[in-house]
Amino acid sequence: MLKRQHLPVAATIALFVLMFMMGSFRYTGFFSMQVLLNLLIDNAFLLIVAIGMTFVIVSGGIDLSVGSMVALTTMMSAGLLQQGGWPAWAVIPFVLAVGSLFGAAMGALIHYFKIQPFIVTLAGMFLARGLCYVISINTITINNGFYTDMAQTKIRFGDNFVSPSVIIALVVLALAIYIAHYTRFGRTTYAIGGSEQSALLMGLPVARTKIMVYMFSGFCSALGGVVFTFYMLSGYGLHAVGLELDAIAATVIGGTLLTGGVGYVFGTFAGVMIYGVIQTLIVFQGTLSSWWTRIIIGVLLFAFIVLQRLFTMRSDRKTGSVEKMA
Amino acid sequence: MTADSKGRYSSGSQSSLLSRAYKHHLFWPLALWIALLLFNLFYSPSFFKVVVREGHLYGSLIDILNFGAPLMLVAIGMTTVIATRGIDLSVGSVVAIAGALACQMISKGSDQNALSLVLYAIVMALVLSVALGLWNGLLVSITGIQPIIATLILMVAGRGIAQLITDGQIITVSSTPYQYIGAGSLAGLPFSIFLVAIVFAISALLTRRTALGLYIESVGCNPEASRLAGIRAKTVMIIVYMFCGLCAGVAGLILSGNVASADGNNAGLWIELDAILAVVIGGTSLTGGRFYLTGTIVGALMIQTLTTTIYSVGVRPEVTLVVKAVVVLAVCLIQSESFRKAIISRWKTRRYPAEREVTRHA
Repeated sequence: MLKRQHLPVAATIALFVLMFMMGSFRYTGFFSMQVLLNLLIDNAFLLIVAIGMTFVIVSGGIDLSVGSMVALTTMMSAGLLQQGGWPAWAVIPFVLAVGSLFGAAMGALIHYFKIQPFIVTLAGMFLARGLCYVISINTITINNGFYTDMAQTKIRFGDNFVSPSVIIALVVLALAIYIAHYTRFGRTTYAIGGSEQSALLMGLPVARTKIMVYMFSGFCSALGGVVFTFYMLSGYGLHAVGLELDAIAATVIGGTLLTGGVGYVFGTFAGVMIYGVIQTLIVFQGTLSSWWTRIIIGVLLFAFIVLQRLFTMRSDRKTGSVEKMA
Repeated sequence: MTADSKGRYSSGSQSSLLSRAYKHHLFWPLALWIALLLFNLFYSPSFFKVVVREGHLYGSLIDILNFGAPLMLVAIGMTTVIATRGIDLSVGSVVAIAGALACQMISKGSDQNALSLVLYAIVMALVLSVALGLWNGLLVSITGIQPIIATLILMVAGRGIAQLITDGQIITVSSTPYQYIGAGSLAGLPFSIFLVAIVFAISALLTRRTALGLYIESVGCNPEASRLAGIRAKTVMIIVYMFCGLCAGVAGLILSGNVASADGNNAGLWIELDAILAVVIGGTSLTGGRFYLTGTIVGALMIQTLTTTIYSVGVRPEVTLVVKAVVVLAVCLIQSESFRKAIISRWKTRRYPAEREVTRHA
């Protein structure tokens, strides 16, 4: 039976199937395995970033720094590979470590000094974006062997193929689902999102978990940045502008409640797929311009937020009053 | 730092000290701003030089006023929204939409210099901005969605709408009356400054000389309690979001008038963040309930001075972001009670392990 709390995720998946069917009926060549796989190939980095964002939002926070962190990762990778002469096997762990530390530092500021996550991650966003330009104002093209291999390798099965980035993204997805639902860390994250005060009184490690949530988001955005570097093969300070909005939108469309405590990593996956299918539909349509993506995402965002709102208002009115008081 | 924290503390408990506390709030933004200006005085004395050329005033200070005008306007609107414990992320998009609509209407006209056409375009752009503000206000007040989320919708969709209006092009206009809004000068000063002054005067009068300011603060403190006390909390919220939309619309007209073009993608990009920063620097807390319009103006001027300083020092302008990040963090840390407590307790540390244990769990 479909449980009530699964309703938003089910709606998202149904919407995705509906949109894909619609595309298949309207446009020739739309209904193919490769189109479906291309959704993954083109949005692998968004999926990874959005997964990190899901954890942050479930814990009741928000992370605005992800887009800048992706840009900083591309820039650091490009700078170290091209100008620093580092090998790829040293660069990737390094940028992942930087991303995690960056996230952990923001988490510590948020938790210990009780500054709103919005403001701290906003500062993080400025900082990361600014650091990109400290490295270089211009685009740095990457011609490292490993990176170009990763960009060009096609993992074939049958007639279709995916890129290595897709494998990375799917592994992250599987790990994240496991972490969210089958580990102590995941359960504590949900508990904090439900009520931080209660989590604290229950003796859960709130401080550690909150910092780790932001650390995980930082790690995800750095990993997303690495995948984005494979995709773009360059480092540039203006890469991934507005990615944080896309990630938040995908998470919300995936049924994660922005007030925290409710949400599924798999829903985020469906949200990212919807995002991809809108873009693909617009490409297939041909006459619609790219800015329609933003408008449609805005409309979907609105629909899902109102849906969630109705959902929470009906399920219990107490949460609403607590939220207002908080 | 302690003096500041004490001042802040007393303002919360004793309203008779409000005027003194107000000085405290203005103290930090002003001190920061003056420090920046002093730095400029030593670094490049020409910074303060104002020359009269063809009846217009020129100089870095005038530039700061001129380029800072849109930010000041948006920040004024943002202050009232933040005072109700809200936030408006969509101002950047509204800036782009207002500029786009006005430019689109003017460029379609047969005579771009016709005053009636320009006025019509301006009125329509402002009406649209207010309508967008109304949309935000309704979402926040009626449906009760968190402000960050509610305004996020328009922030995402707004850039798309702006590009829809301009058809994805950068629309240029050659209309003298329209360009006057952004680039004209009145009595030697940039015209945009007068717009800021008017909006500031009106908002200051309305909030400080009528009960409206009190209503806004009370809604920010506790919407439910204010409703029970007979204040129409929802109406107040809708009004502040509409006002914020209007301010963003005027800022959009100034920005697009200044460059005589509308760019749906880049007009007002990240102005929402700068505006929030200006409000926070000005001493208005993001938790709502109290607001300082003068502080906001000083905060906005400080940000613009910072940007101009960085240009004049010769640092790459993009590095501004790093400096801004540091400023945001510093200001937030000063505002954070836990941080102040940590600093104070560091001062009067008592090295009894037992006592320390108690404070940690308290």
